[in-house]
Amino acid sequence: MVEVPSEKMSPATTPVFEPRIVALLCHYCAFAAADMAGVMRLQHSPNIRVIRLPCTGKLDILYLLRAFEEGADGVMVAGCEEGSCHFVKGNLVAKRRVNFTKGLVAQVGIDPERLRMYNLSSSMGPRWAEISREMIEHVRSLGPSHLRREK
Amino acid sequence: MIVAKQKPFETIYGMVAPNKRIMLAGCGSCVTVCFAGGEKEVGILASLLRMRAQKDRKDLDVVEATIKRQCDVEFIDELKPKLDGVEAILSIGCGAGVQYIAERFGKTIVLPGLDTTFLGVTEAMGVWTERCQGCGDCKLHLTAGVCPIARCSKSLLNGPCGGSMNGKCEVSADTPCGWQLIVDRMEALGILDRYEQITPANDWTASRDGGPRRIDREDLHEIK
Amino acid sequence: MKSNSRLEAVLAAGKFALTGECGPPRGADPGAVAKKAALLLGSVDAANVTDNQTAVVRMSSMGASLHVKSAGVDPIMQMVCRDRNRIAMQSDILGAASHGISNLLCLSGDHQKFGDHPTAKNVFDLDSIQLIAMVKKMRDEEMFLGGEKIKVAPKLFIGAAENPFAHPLAIRVPRLAKKIAAGADFIQTQCIFNIEQFQKWMKGVTDRGLHEKVFILAGVTPFKSWRAAEYMATKVPGMDVPAALVERMKGAPKEKAKATGVDICVELIEQLREIPGVKGIHLMAIEWEEIVPEIAKRAGLLPRPEVA
Repeated sequence: MVEVPSEKMSPATTPVFEPRIVALLCHYCAFAAADMAGVMRLQHSPNIRVIRLPCTGKLDILYLLRAFEEGADGVMVAGCEEGSCHFVKGNLVAKRRVNFTKGLVAQVGIDPERLRMYNLSSSMGPRWAEISREMIEHVRSLGPSHLRREK
Repeated sequence: MIVAKQKPFETIYGMVAPNKRIMLAGCGSCVTVCFAGGEKEVGILASLLRMRAQKDRKDLDVVEATIKRQCDVEFIDELKPKLDGVEAILSIGCGAGVQYIAERFGKTIVLPGLDTTFLGVTEAMGVWTERCQGCGDCKLHLTAGVCPIARCSKSLLNGPCGGSMNGKCEVSADTPCGWQLIVDRMEALGILDRYEQITPANDWTASRDGGPRRIDREDLHEIK
Repeated sequence: MKSNSRLEAVLAAGKFALTGECGPPRGADPGAVAKKAALLLGSVDAANVTDNQTAVVRMSSMGASLHVKSAGVDPIMQMVCRDRNRIAMQSDILGAASHGISNLLCLSGDHQKFGDHPTAKNVFDLDSIQLIAMVKKMRDEEMFLGGEKIKVAPKLFIGAAENPFAHPLAIRVPRLAKKIAAGADFIQTQCIFNIEQFQKWMKGVTDRGLHEKVFILAGVTPFKSWRAAEYMATKVPGMDVPAALVERMKGAPKEKAKATGVDICVELIEQLREIPGVKGIHLMAIEWEEIVPEIAKRAGLLPRPEVA
């Protein structure tokens, strides 16, 4: 569903679609990486709203669904690299839940591509900046979610 | 426990779609344990139904309510205060729960969200298998604790058919041959000689074949 | 004599029996069964008439048995537990007996999953052993399973099947003993290709003296092609086909495939005849009935004995 630009706007001034993305980040890796990115003065995009999880193993299918239901255009989960979960298997559990949820959201007309999982370590500040940009551009290309609400 | 699985989402949505306001009723017992119809599943299904309705530009209000058990009126009555304006109740309890809610609320449409499947056990995380068919006349003492009615695809009472191969049933490579299990256990218990006792034609009156069943314990009746 | 069965007469006279098989058609054509029966006439003592085998709907075993009987062959009506409850079974038994059908083979029946109506509900009110016991009660005690008296009892020669190769092997002989105790008069085995394994089973049978209590007919089937051999080796539940036989079929030139199949079958019959306790052969030439006289002749089983 494409937002129809108002008639008053000329194409030249049409604002670029700014996606709203919810990021569920593991405390031990992705969240620390995002923090490091900040310390390194890499710009953090306002398109991404971060929620910290004690481990991606805490990820609940409902968190993902609620984000979409509340109008998020994209949801990203970022956990530790496989094999380095602080709680051994939390990120592997999360991966399954993410994949399962992709199937659920597809049934209600949400492109499962709006949901992505990444893995990175706490030292990867620049990588965080990179995947943030990547996710924003990716969701921007998909356009707004049909559940998006303008406040 | 009673093991069930959710119906396909499209089927559920099709049943629910004509209504504007529904109650999605979960059950806190068996179907919670098998991840089919507990509070969590109510949350997920409600969210999916709302999002799907929005996509179709339909109004759909989903009242979420999970009670301890859908097979006791005391708990079912807890749903009553939330029924205002509810056109249909989608129960994700077992078939007994769906029907008991329907009996209790005579003027509300009640819809089943699950396919109630069997009486079984959790074999591994996410895997459930059948153990009992509720035949009403337990014979486990005769068959080394493995039920031929529930676990043999043909419910044979006197031994395996000719299709038992390498411990598997001819019907499916995922299904252990019930009689192989019985024989293995009889051997382990040193009672294989019992296999040769002929089990006569079964009396199915205690099973579903005798009509809907009822158990009445007078000692437990309410004193009025 | 328990019945008017020709098969019973042959076996009771101590002759080596030969039975064949007539699969009913998937339609109402009476000629189809009569044609198969005519091919078997004079070469076998009796012919099995299957009961919706592999759970594929066909003309009823009783209906087809009557055509077989009209064609002059003694029918062995098969009855499976999959499709009927004890009420229907007893009723069919009376009906069959009233028409002069004298042999009844009691089977569990293939699961409907393998057939053309996999969504059907199965019955299995009785299992094959309970069915045997019921028929025996009807014949010998002249009583229905429910305990009421039968006015004219069905006089049937009671058969059962046994698969010496199915698992668990530990109860294969005890299972035969159960069938005998329940009332089986004769046994037809699953197709035998693995003579060694069959000999082991027969040793268990003769060690217990079970061969004195029941007539055992060893089952054989000729391969038409190496693909058929391969299929039986890998796809048919409960079948034990040694790899060497499949290889022999594979090695035969295409134009000699059928002849090789017949050779193997004749050799198997010759070996089976020598095994103590084997009282006959059950030759299953499914959809290849015309080969039966040749196999019977080459195996030295012709002419069939005359019995009163």
